[in-house]
Amino acid sequence: MYVAVKGGERAIEASHRLLEAARRGDPAVPELSTRQVSEQLPRAVDRVMAEGSLYDRELAALAIRQAAGDLVEAIFLLRAYRTTLPRLGNSEPVDTARMLVRRRISATFKDVPGGQILGPTPDYTHRLLDFRLADIAPTHAAQGEDTVQRDRLPPQEEPMPRVMDLLGREGLVEDETPAADEGQPPADITREPLRFPAGRDARLQVLARGDEGFLLALGYASQRGFSNTHPFAGEIRYGVVAVAIVPEELGFAIEIGEIELTEVQMVNQFAGSDTAPPQFTRGYGLVFGHQERKAMSMALVDRSLRGRELGEAADSPTEDEEFVLYHSDNVESSGFVQHLKLPHYVDFQSELELLRRLRSEFDPPSAQAAE
Amino acid sequence: MTRVSTVAPDGGYTFAYLDEQTKRMVRRAILKAVAIPGYQVPFASREMPLPFGWGTGGIQVTASIIGREDTLKVIDQGADDTVNAVSIRAFFARTAGVPTTTRTEDATIIQTRHRIPETPLRASQILVYQVPIPEPLRWLEPREAETRRMHALQEYGVMHVRLYEDIARYGHIATSYDYPVRVNGRYLMRPSPIPKFDNPKMDRSPALQLFGAGREKRIYAVPPHTEVRSLDFDDHPFEVQKWDQACALCGSTASFLDEIVTDNQGGRMFVCSDTDHCDARVLAGHVGSAAGDRDPGGA
Repeated sequence: MYVAVKGGERAIEASHRLLEAARRGDPAVPELSTRQVSEQLPRAVDRVMAEGSLYDRELAALAIRQAAGDLVEAIFLLRAYRTTLPRLGNSEPVDTARMLVRRRISATFKDVPGGQILGPTPDYTHRLLDFRLADIAPTHAAQGEDTVQRDRLPPQEEPMPRVMDLLGREGLVEDETPAADEGQPPADITREPLRFPAGRDARLQVLARGDEGFLLALGYASQRGFSNTHPFAGEIRYGVVAVAIVPEELGFAIEIGEIELTEVQMVNQFAGSDTAPPQFTRGYGLVFGHQERKAMSMALVDRSLRGRELGEAADSPTEDEEFVLYHSDNVESSGFVQHLKLPHYVDFQSELELLRRLRSEFDPPSAQAAE
Repeated sequence: MTRVSTVAPDGGYTFAYLDEQTKRMVRRAILKAVAIPGYQVPFASREMPLPFGWGTGGIQVTASIIGREDTLKVIDQGADDTVNAVSIRAFFARTAGVPTTTRTEDATIIQTRHRIPETPLRASQILVYQVPIPEPLRWLEPREAETRRMHALQEYGVMHVRLYEDIARYGHIATSYDYPVRVNGRYLMRPSPIPKFDNPKMDRSPALQLFGAGREKRIYAVPPHTEVRSLDFDDHPFEVQKWDQACALCGSTASFLDEIVTDNQGGRMFVCSDTDHCDARVLAGHVGSAAGDRDPGGA
């Protein structure tokens, strides 16, 4: 009997219904609201906004719900939506030195102006499952019985300068690399295909929305000897910055909102070269939301990719620009890996035909020996 | 099922989904690609609502050239009813509201993955290929900066060496699909993973052939009546696959056959990969060894 892939249309519809049921789970359990996701899974929302490259907490939360918690799928949903949005204008560069800081630490100095601010971090929690969370019934929350104690943050008196700027005054750290073509608008990887060698502007854009897991692995590999960058965490800061635009008809900047950012400045040993004196060099990480793991990985990889520019050997995968930049986008990599699910009957048939022919011509060595 | 069907378009989208600026950008890339046959033109590929690797390049090309008067056919592995072909056809029915068809002769645009229809194409038709990896030299040289240089210098010896090594080792060129071609005597081109059986159909085709690689952000083209030569050697000329069997449904001995496992004992049957071609032959009265097992025209 001939059984072919027929009725694809009905099969797809049925599959969508099953997917929706699986997403919803047990209908006896109340459905999550988008607001609950955006308020109570903020780190998941941050990751989806960063790698989806769209700063919108509500849409990211919606995407997470729709994707049933599959963050890479949620990132894809957000990215596909993002690409349909019109470009209304470009913001002014955000100034992280004027950040409303919620957390700020430096691993290179015991104390820094403005102080070390631990802020909300899981760093010093003991990773013990908190069974009290399991016991909290949703009804308590509905009645406003909130057991979380809320400390009010002291107001930040004045801007907190970045640690690396303080060190920079001594000339021990390289200047923040000026764009080679100062005055030119920065690259835009969402509007132009990536070309190589890529500028640092394009590279940082790719890394900022690159897959966290991939960058984490590369950053880790760079620490274990696949690269040679000897990093120190000069500063890690997380907080809120204002976003401003200059409308053409006004001619001056107006703030249109604020976004949460995590910024990491890595400082790396550098022995100097023919063209540069010995000094510390920088790796930079900047990510939407509160994502220190991602921002630190990004800074490590950024520095690794500066190998050629600084006259280093640059022979590790972490220092290979095409290897890193072409493979860091999880919308691309997830799609291509999973396209193997699509039918390949024709290619496979071609290979079968070839293999049968090759085998029919193959003389087993034992047969030859017997002659 | 009627062969030509129209679905009311979804009002929430721009015609054919892409905004007009993006379409213009893609069309510019297409024009450049047509002007330089076989050359891979970088373009600012967009994220589509379908995953990269699932036809986003072909979809963007189709979305940029399709008009309301067009009739679209979408095939995957030669068939109109494979799931991804169904999905892409539904996407355009929904966002462009154009009529779709399964009949090769009735289509003005045919988007394809892995096959060229058996029915010869005409001058007014456009064949849009979905391309996973556009670079023919990629598996010999992984770096894009290097392969672009090799194309610029027509440094294609490495591909001939690879084919020669196949002959030295196996007695044949062991590439059965995605078989490299030279376009217009200049650029080495990857025909996308079509079986080499289909390569001769590309040569001097009266139809325009466009290739879209969404994830890799490249578009290339073979203009009508352009020479497309499959690489070979004088003493090892290019040849296509042959089957000992005929199609079990329509009896065709000249089409590309899919092998289908029919029972748990490993029983097989061979049928046309191009379902429209097979249906048309059955309707015309041709019969194969298993005729009657299939409802002609059903999809």
